[in-house]
Amino acid sequence: MTFQQQLTALNTIARKEIQRFLRIWTQTLIPPVITQTLYFVVFGSFIGSQLSEVHGVSYMQFIVPGLVMMAIITSSYMNVVSSFFIMKFARNIEELQVSPTPSWVIVAGFVAGGVARGLLTGAIVFGVSLFFTRPHINHLWIIVLFAVLTAIVFSLGGLLNAIFAKKFDDTSIFTTFILTPLTYLGGVFYAIDKLPGIWKTLSHANPLVYMIDGFRFGFYNFSTVSVWISATILVVFALVLVYLNLYLLKKGTGMRS
Amino acid sequence: MHAIELKNLRKTYSSGTEALKGIDLRVAEGDFFALLGVNGAGKSTTIGILTGLVTKTSGTVSVFGYDLDAQLDLVKQQIGVVPQEFNFNIFEKVIDIVIQQAGFYGIPRSVALPRAEEILKKLQLWEKRDVQSKELSGGMKRRLMIARALVHQPRLLILDEPTAGVDVELRRGMWEYLQELNSSGVTILLTTHYLEEVEQLCKNAAVIHGGKIMLSDTVRNLTSSLEKELYTATVSTTVGIETLGASIVRVDEHTLTITLAKGESITDAVAQLQRAGITVTALRPTSNRMEQLFLNAIST
Repeated sequence: MTFQQQLTALNTIARKEIQRFLRIWTQTLIPPVITQTLYFVVFGSFIGSQLSEVHGVSYMQFIVPGLVMMAIITSSYMNVVSSFFIMKFARNIEELQVSPTPSWVIVAGFVAGGVARGLLTGAIVFGVSLFFTRPHINHLWIIVLFAVLTAIVFSLGGLLNAIFAKKFDDTSIFTTFILTPLTYLGGVFYAIDKLPGIWKTLSHANPLVYMIDGFRFGFYNFSTVSVWISATILVVFALVLVYLNLYLLKKGTGMRS
Repeated sequence: MHAIELKNLRKTYSSGTEALKGIDLRVAEGDFFALLGVNGAGKSTTIGILTGLVTKTSGTVSVFGYDLDAQLDLVKQQIGVVPQEFNFNIFEKVIDIVIQQAGFYGIPRSVALPRAEEILKKLQLWEKRDVQSKELSGGMKRRLMIARALVHQPRLLILDEPTAGVDVELRRGMWEYLQELNSSGVTILLTTHYLEEVEQLCKNAAVIHGGKIMLSDTVRNLTSSLEKELYTATVSTTVGIETLGASIVRVDEHTLTITLAKGESITDAVAQLQRAGITVTALRPTSNRMEQLFLNAIST
């Protein structure tokens, strides 16, 4: 395939993926918005009103970046893992397998879908947050950079999970046992630097800390870790995941006998 | 140049099953070729290897001179495949399924749209273009898969039992369309359980059994060996059958075996029995010509 043909194939997959989650928007866009709204109400309004400021901003303002990031992480991950696994399960994936579409186009197409859903959901959650508070935006480009990088990393993670998944249950194991605990312990609801000794050290082993920390820097101009270290860690994660996905797709893992 | 050339093709699955035991096969460009075999014979594995869904263990595969190992992309561009089972997204519209498939081959929407219109009209699906594919009947779904396989204008069309479960009228319509495609230069590889289909459509055929090609010849030569067809009839009585000739043999007092030579009709045989005062209450083929073909192939 020429490069132009590859771009056409990429556009086709991305368009198909975006149309898919927009077609079922009540299942893909609304649930995370409701969940995050509940967090704003319960943690932000009810509990947050009784808490002191964190790094000079109200507790409600403090949790906004973390909750937006949670929505981006969950939505981008779920979009790719569910779409790719369903294609495998229903054997629609054969449409792609019999075509000359190269592996990098397949990876990029699914990631584009995941990133689109992640960013759209994040934007909606941010919009909802405006009903509760007015977050400051200090560095818009850092907000966009971390949102996009995080959505890419978790879309790639979703694809990796879907490649290995043999049954529907396999698509939720990573979310339930790894992603959700790491998200809650990643500094969404508290500042990592306020944690006591060992917990603070342990938190730095959680990759989600860097995503949320860097994202929050874009809003409030403070971070526990250098924003450049956080961005570098995200890029390294993305590159490793790209390599793994390309390797497994070329090998036909979970798809070719 | 051959459309397909397989040399010593072998496939052993991770379970240890040896699906292909070194097959050699050549399909000429422009041919309408049938690959015949019972379930588990190796047909789907062969098609899977050709289309990139199955990884071969050893051997060489070339499609229109392109080597599968070295030029996989070019091989894939030559092939359109219609699998046995429906594998499109049932929630997508007919037109979207066809245009997306074109996109996977790098064909932009502006080119794919008129092509899709032409193919869908020929396959009588244009009126259904905006319908979700789950709403289509079985025959329409089958035609949609053909449309999807043709949108990138392949030189080789592979059909894995395309008329399984399709009613007689629709089957005839599909045959006509496939013949038209073949006449336009598209090489067709077909797997089927219907010998009638092979006789109607195909020029050449191979019989695969136990992972080996047992016979490969023209359809005319293969079917010329099928001289007899056997039926078992349940009858009111067998009294008087002695007068009806050696082709009707008594098994017990209510059962007969009818042997038909090539060209003879079972309807004529039943009429002959009725004229002799014997009523046929049930009739079933004891072995059909396809079975005979397989048996002949296996015994050679």
